[in-house]
Amino acid sequence: MILDKINYTYSRDTAYERHALKDVSLKLEDGQFIGIIGHTGSGKSTLIQHLNGLMRADSGTIFFNGENIYDKEYDIRTLRAKVGLVFQYPEHQLFEATVFQDVCFGPKNQKLPKEEVEARAADALRAAGLPENLWQQSPFELSGGQKRRAAIAGVLAMRPQMLILDEPTAGLDPRGRDEIFEQVAGMHRDLHMTVVLVSHSMEDVANYVERLIVMNRGQVMLDGTPRHVFSYYKELEAVGLAAPQVTYLMHELRKAGLSVDVNATTKDEAKASILKALARP
Amino acid sequence: MNFIEARKLVHEYIHRDDEGNVESVQRALDGVDVDIRPGEFVAVLGHNGSGKSTFAKHLNVLLSPTEGTLWVDGKDVSDEGNLWDIRKNAGMVFQNPDNQIIASVVEEDVGFGPENIGVPTDEIWKRVDQSLRSVGMLEYREHSPNRLSGGQKQRVAIAGVMAMEPKCIILDEATAMLDPNGRREVLSAVQELNEKKGVTIIWITHYMEEVIKADRVYVMDEGKVVMEGTPREIFSQVERLKELRLDVPQITLLAHELRQEGLDIPEGILTRQELVNALCR
Repeated sequence: MILDKINYTYSRDTAYERHALKDVSLKLEDGQFIGIIGHTGSGKSTLIQHLNGLMRADSGTIFFNGENIYDKEYDIRTLRAKVGLVFQYPEHQLFEATVFQDVCFGPKNQKLPKEEVEARAADALRAAGLPENLWQQSPFELSGGQKRRAAIAGVLAMRPQMLILDEPTAGLDPRGRDEIFEQVAGMHRDLHMTVVLVSHSMEDVANYVERLIVMNRGQVMLDGTPRHVFSYYKELEAVGLAAPQVTYLMHELRKAGLSVDVNATTKDEAKASILKALARP
Repeated sequence: MNFIEARKLVHEYIHRDDEGNVESVQRALDGVDVDIRPGEFVAVLGHNGSGKSTFAKHLNVLLSPTEGTLWVDGKDVSDEGNLWDIRKNAGMVFQNPDNQIIASVVEEDVGFGPENIGVPTDEIWKRVDQSLRSVGMLEYREHSPNRLSGGQKQRVAIAGVMAMEPKCIILDEATAMLDPNGRREVLSAVQELNEKKGVTIIWITHYMEEVIKADRVYVMDEGKVVMEGTPREIFSQVERLKELRLDVPQITLLAHELRQEGLDIPEGILTRQELVNALCR
């Protein structure tokens, strides 16, 4: 997907006018695991809603698989079927009598044959890690983490080429958080999907994504590997973000005289670097 | 005297079918003993469904015990005559900032509680001033709440509780829906109320980093209190917490793993400074 100079303004020509996206140009490569960070109001939610055509840019162009999605001839439903968006607290959107029916809803709407619908639902539920004994239960009887999986399965059943998740672990306990992230990483690996993950947890994005896009005031402020992006930790702080705790630790250790890698962004990198630095007198 | 004293507290949710017959009974609290002194900052941890919120809702009598006793500020919650006294002295702040604000102007929202209980007008304005100042939101008093950030809305919700001049505030995952900045704002506002005004704080969260400065921590599982101690005592037990679907702060975990590699580091490291000191002695 290619975004070329996307602009979007809320409440245009009113007192509340807000330029939410300013000349955003991005190239989202097929199969990448991409994180988007930015504080509330930085434009990240507006951005992801452009990616599956829920919002339409005031100016600029988006190309998906080589086609201009704003072209008159382009059927926006193609885009919506290929780019799955999992909103925050997606379990609030579960509504069918059973988990299985709920997951069938999307493909059924696409008028696929019944066998195909059910096969997709079963695949999606497995990919989302929801045990089979829960499939015939009411979604409302599931735990928080299970509901979240059911909701993710509902989007996966559309067989998207790109999966966008907005804060998929908000409100979950720490184990629930890890499980969802592991599941998403696994889906990225096994289903070869492009995954775009919006998160507030710097520690989590550092652990999972290969590319990190930082949004600020409607613009792309930084774009690169987590190591690269978090090396600008002072600039990130200035816009209300931060680096993972271990990155700060490494800087402090270096200051205290230990020759560690200041660009470590995960606990495991930090651990390896500290052990190495201590082994060398 | 303890501000909160729970003895063998039990709460059962009873599910009934359409005819009113009991379908199932779920024991959400199962013999909880808790003692909280006036002015303490107590954190409550536990995975989704462990009983934290059910316990919190007993503290201002949104729920009543099925068995056992609970005293809040020396008053028995089972005595209906105490209801309003207890609610006045134990204010609640919930997870979703958008569900707790009712007025169209910040200062009116904060004044709503005291107005409701017949506080004289002059006194109301005095309290509105003080409460908004104490959470750092005074300059927003004439703003519309729906244009505030999540962290700002939560601080307005806290100011609304403060205007009732409670002895205790219970915050049930009040930071779950906020970005890192919003979380910091809310936590430091609450810490200040605790330190400067002596307000007793019950802080329920899934974020381990927010617990570091608490006086004491309770950990719940399956409706029971399973651990109790200072943050250092609790976070020294990494494996036990993981069994309980919980976690420790990233720095604590890194220190724990370095210790397992044979480095001479104490258990229960909580801050970066402590780890730097331990490594660079």
